[in-house]
Amino acid sequence: MSVVPVSYYLVLSAVLFGLGVIAFVFKRNAITVFMSIELMLNAVNLAFVAFARAHNQLDGLVFVLFVIVVAAAEAAVGLAIVIMLAQNRRSLSVERMNHLKL
Amino acid sequence: MATAQLVNLHRVAPEWHLSIVGILVMILDPFVSPRRKRWLGWLAFAGALAALLAVHRAYDSQGMAYDNLISTDVFSVFVHVVVILAAALSILGSIDYLEREGIQRGEYYALILFATAGMGILAGANELVTAFLGLEMSSISTYILVGFRRRSEPSNEASMKYFLLGSFATAFFLYGIAMVYGALGTTYIDKIQALLERPGGIPALAMLGLGLIFVGLGFKVLIAPFQVYGPDVYEGAPTPVTALLSSAPKVATFALMLRIFYVSFGMASDFWFWAVWISAVLTMFIGNLAALVQSNVKRMLAYSSIAHAGYILVAFAASTTLGIAAVLFYLAAYVLMKVGAFLIVTHLGQRGEARLDIRDYAGLGSREPVLAASFSLFLFSLLGLPATGGFLGKFLAFQSALDAHSAHGTAIIWLVVIAAINSVIGAYYYLRVIISMYFAQPSTDYTPSSVAPALGVAIFVAAIGTLYLGLLPAQVLEFARTAADSLPLH
Repeated sequence: MSVVPVSYYLVLSAVLFGLGVIAFVFKRNAITVFMSIELMLNAVNLAFVAFARAHNQLDGLVFVLFVIVVAAAEAAVGLAIVIMLAQNRRSLSVERMNHLKL
Repeated sequence: MATAQLVNLHRVAPEWHLSIVGILVMILDPFVSPRRKRWLGWLAFAGALAALLAVHRAYDSQGMAYDNLISTDVFSVFVHVVVILAAALSILGSIDYLEREGIQRGEYYALILFATAGMGILAGANELVTAFLGLEMSSISTYILVGFRRRSEPSNEASMKYFLLGSFATAFFLYGIAMVYGALGTTYIDKIQALLERPGGIPALAMLGLGLIFVGLGFKVLIAPFQVYGPDVYEGAPTPVTALLSSAPKVATFALMLRIFYVSFGMASDFWFWAVWISAVLTMFIGNLAALVQSNVKRMLAYSSIAHAGYILVAFAASTTLGIAAVLFYLAAYVLMKVGAFLIVTHLGQRGEARLDIRDYAGLGSREPVLAASFSLFLFSLLGLPATGGFLGKFLAFQSALDAHSAHGTAIIWLVVIAAINSVIGAYYYLRVIISMYFAQPSTDYTPSSVAPALGVAIFVAAIGTLYLGLLPAQVLEFARTAADSLPLH
């Protein structure tokens, strides 16, 4: 039975992370921007799991659980902020977030 | 076994003091009538003081806690004192501010305490994922605090921006940890050091990880080119939160950076020296030049924070023990003057933070001489005039950088020259406020309200501290040196 090499997972993780960064920079809706951050965090999780496999350790797997928990806490706070903004402004475009300027 | 657990608890005493009082505030909040909510603020303040006393217990039982996850050494103790002091002063400044803005709520104080506990973990973390947890504890709490004026659009917007950019930075930090873990198979800061000292050089993957960690933490301490969102957040946040934000998290994150760069990657100082060098130059110029054109005092102080992060990087670049001591002393002085300045802005902002323009400060010297004098003291300290903590901090930072010239050559001498030029540029915008206070005609449509006692005490403590660090620095300096020596450099 052939096994997929660890390096494949790392490349996939790097691609996902890169896509997350690109989406963060170019997307205009606050929720989509937030989703791109989630994508980046999951790319990190994939890297942790792949490295844990490569080193034959459990540590990397435990880190993933921590990251998932923290990401959930972050999502709770982030979506609350989104709701607050939507109530006060009725728009979630980051381009319109120009109240504060030079 | 039981005693081992107890020792662990002693070593993280400040954190659990802060957390328990924070939870207590949350539990009591629904039972306290709206008119009495300010007492929750006093409870939180008492919690911060208890944590400050608990730091002493941690100091008495130094060592590694929880299987080497947390290192309680003098370095960690020093950072704890500074961070908790900043939190305590911010709480004092918040009590009457929240009353004035009509947003007096218990969770505000609880969040400050939780954030401070997270920063405490950052200060002592000996393992990168533990550091990540501390960083997130402090960041997630502050995202909420920034948006605490829920009806104000600038506050909403600042919160959103801080949240998005902060999480973005966290992802970079985490990816960096993953790379280091992948390259070396460990995330313990001291073990990384031992692994890198083996012959065969430093793996490229670990270097990539360090770069990503630098980006992630760079966002958090607002160094160029990652500083873009900072001024917006500082301006939109409630002013006492800005006071906290510009001081405590920066101190804790710089402490973590010192640990990662000096302890783990001390071997590779030639590699990261240039990254720090370039970032320092950019940070100082962007901070100072942008501050020149600000008319909003809060925003001007935000850019001045960025400039100060640049001066701290000058000492950081030295990569010597003296450099660590200089960074620590600078951070202590910086916290006192920055919190003091923002607390005065808190008072002068008046209801709804309406009066933040530099013209609103006109004639303050004759109307409120004490307030104007203390604001001048903080601004002089930020500017770096002798007899203030800011002067000595800058002096030590530049001196430690110059001392390191044998290792880094002329590059670091140029860095100090650039920093000196920047200090001169900085004089313009600080003096502009002072001139406005003492020599401009006061506006007539405004009668100043008296300073609330709690806020007054906080400003007084910050002012005394700034003078103390400037005039009698020996003790704190000695403390900073011991703290620097307690780090296991390679």
